[in-house]
Amino acid sequence: MTEPRPLALHVPEPGCRPGDTPDFSDFEIPRAGAVRRPEVDEAPEDMRDMAFSVVRVLNKAGEAVGPWAGILDAEALRNGLRHMMTLRQFDERMLKAQRQGKTSFYVQNLGEEAVACAFRMALEDGDMNFPTYRQAGLLIAGGYPMTQMMNQIYSNSADPLKGRQLPVMYSARDHGFFSVSGNLGTQFIQAVGWAMASAISHDTRIAAAWIGDGSTSENDFHAAMVFASTYKAPVILNIVNNQWAISTFQGMARGGAVTFAARGHGFGIPAICVDGNDYLAVHAVAKWAAERARSGLGPSLIEHVTYRAGGHSTSDDPSAYRSKDEFSAWPLGDPIDRLKRHLITIGEWSEDRHTQAQAEIVDTVRSAQREAEANGTLISGDKPSPRSMFDDVFAEMPPHLREQRQEAGY
Amino acid sequence: MARMTMIEAIRNAHDLAMERDKRVVVFGEDVGYFGGVFRCTAGLQKKYGPHRCFDAPINESGIVGAGIGMAAYGLKPVVEIQFADYMYPAYDQIVSEAARLRHRSAGDFTCSMVIRMPTGGGIFGGQTHSQSPEALFTHVSGLKVVMPANPRDAKGLLLAAIEDPDPVIFLEPKRLYNGPFDGHHDRPVVPWKNHELGDVSEDYYTVPLGKAEIARAGEAVTVLAYGTMVYVAQAAAEEAGVDAEIIDLRTLLPLDLDAIEQSVRKTGRCIVIHEATKTSGFGAELSALVQERCFYHLEAPIVRVTGWDTPYPHAQEWTYFPGPERIKQAFTQVLEG
Repeated sequence: MTEPRPLALHVPEPGCRPGDTPDFSDFEIPRAGAVRRPEVDEAPEDMRDMAFSVVRVLNKAGEAVGPWAGILDAEALRNGLRHMMTLRQFDERMLKAQRQGKTSFYVQNLGEEAVACAFRMALEDGDMNFPTYRQAGLLIAGGYPMTQMMNQIYSNSADPLKGRQLPVMYSARDHGFFSVSGNLGTQFIQAVGWAMASAISHDTRIAAAWIGDGSTSENDFHAAMVFASTYKAPVILNIVNNQWAISTFQGMARGGAVTFAARGHGFGIPAICVDGNDYLAVHAVAKWAAERARSGLGPSLIEHVTYRAGGHSTSDDPSAYRSKDEFSAWPLGDPIDRLKRHLITIGEWSEDRHTQAQAEIVDTVRSAQREAEANGTLISGDKPSPRSMFDDVFAEMPPHLREQRQEAGY
Repeated sequence: MARMTMIEAIRNAHDLAMERDKRVVVFGEDVGYFGGVFRCTAGLQKKYGPHRCFDAPINESGIVGAGIGMAAYGLKPVVEIQFADYMYPAYDQIVSEAARLRHRSAGDFTCSMVIRMPTGGGIFGGQTHSQSPEALFTHVSGLKVVMPANPRDAKGLLLAAIEDPDPVIFLEPKRLYNGPFDGHHDRPVVPWKNHELGDVSEDYYTVPLGKAEIARAGEAVTVLAYGTMVYVAQAAAEEAGVDAEIIDLRTLLPLDLDAIEQSVRKTGRCIVIHEATKTSGFGAELSALVQERCFYHLEAPIVRVTGWDTPYPHAQEWTYFPGPERIKQAFTQVLEG
């Protein structure tokens, strides 16, 4: 019997803080095309390997290779590129609008555009996403009007949410986009419930749940996993691992597990890691998971490995907690550059067409912004009526609220 | 004596408590390396090491639950919930566990911990960054509930809360972090460095829990307020020329009933103000207590000025916020009544 030694608390720290040189050498990235594609009905216990590698399609030369390649034609890829470029331009303008004081808050998608944009194209009309505040790509790629998004961001007189919600907490039922709460993780389990309802109703629709790496710590993540597993709900469980939860690195949420995807194994849920900056890979894996869900094979867990290139929101300065050089050192690169390069490599795009597309997109986003600002911004112009804030607390306004509305002068 | 913002005063309280008592540990989301999204714990990890000030996974029920375990062991956890609006996943741990541990184990296990959370709106935070959930805590047996209104009290009350043998909910009105906001959102706020209540002793001191303070002495009407509303009430009283006696409750539970009773018996009129929604808010409790204890001294019905019974809206936040104009109307109502 040895003398017990004093214990010490383990507190994980990222490898790189401000002033350090980013080092991703521990991050093992398989060659594009190297990871197998299991049949959708393969037994979950036979595809555990999928949680410990990364599905990639685009190689360094810009070619689409391996068993996950070949789903999308050139036109679909060009659309995907335009969606991502549009989202980036949208972000740029809204970030600027926030800095100009036209709204209170903004959350950008910089660096992770491929995740939501590509995923959206694997869904059908009638499917439902339960997004976080960083999946605006679902709306852009789904054809939701940008002016409407901006109206919401500006809380103006045409805001479909009547000025009630924080900017970017959109809601668009007809576009398969559930109302964003703003609280973390709460909606992961709701997506499972929605999927269960589709099964109960003998429908054919599926749901997609979204959560960030940090929020997988929340109880609701685990609730979603157990319900999805127990009822084999037709749901795709998406974890967007963008490395950072405000100032805490993903290791704070992952703990001793090798990947977030591996969380699926304890529940018998098939789990795949995908290169989140590879439009083709995200789309192919999403398509695979959607097929599983729609065939009654149950839930799949996808870990999208990406990098949050911007701050968490307009309320924080990332240079206070991480190295400024981290994004340039990030080994999975930039999703837009990678898809552009692929299209050029296969002869379906050119620098000239890219420049022209960029100019068109700048113009489209600018027009949308002009149109939205005609409806007002948070600080000027028309606003939603204060009277309307008393609506929708209940379907029918109870007497005490009617009285309060009158007391407020409306 | 130094001039401090409320953030600096709270940080200083942590620092002194950690220096004085090795059992004090501080954790929560982003509180370690980054020092908290409001910077209330900045520098603590560097000074005391990551085993005493550290980041937590994003799990509020885990933060409080782990804190309870540490408190039962004999440590003094001071945990941060990043926004009061994020508290709900922790509610079971707070209500069913922290609040009742002493009672259900007949004192065998206890829970001396502080749960800090930035509270209140007026920052365009929408419904998820603006709420005032104090009544959800005062309704629970076994919790003490504190809300300071200035840097000096924030420090002294936080140190008293850390010393306290029971769980204390420490609500920080975030609109007061940088200055005494008086509800006039279109005017700049005087920073604490230019305000006498920004004078904070650098020494260790406590402000006792359960003691209110008269923020403005007066004869005409008693105003019961806490947090941001203390300054909104002061602005309203000055602008309306009403000789109001404004009581900063500081601790909601236990409540300084003597101070309330003494004032209402003197003025014969009472207004209760809070930013939280009206129905079943803490104002209902205050109103009932004043009625029970001072009924024969009241010359007018008690008036409540509160947030409306709606979620806290984003664009219409100043319609929701009970500002000076609404308090002035209440003065008219209670003085003419």
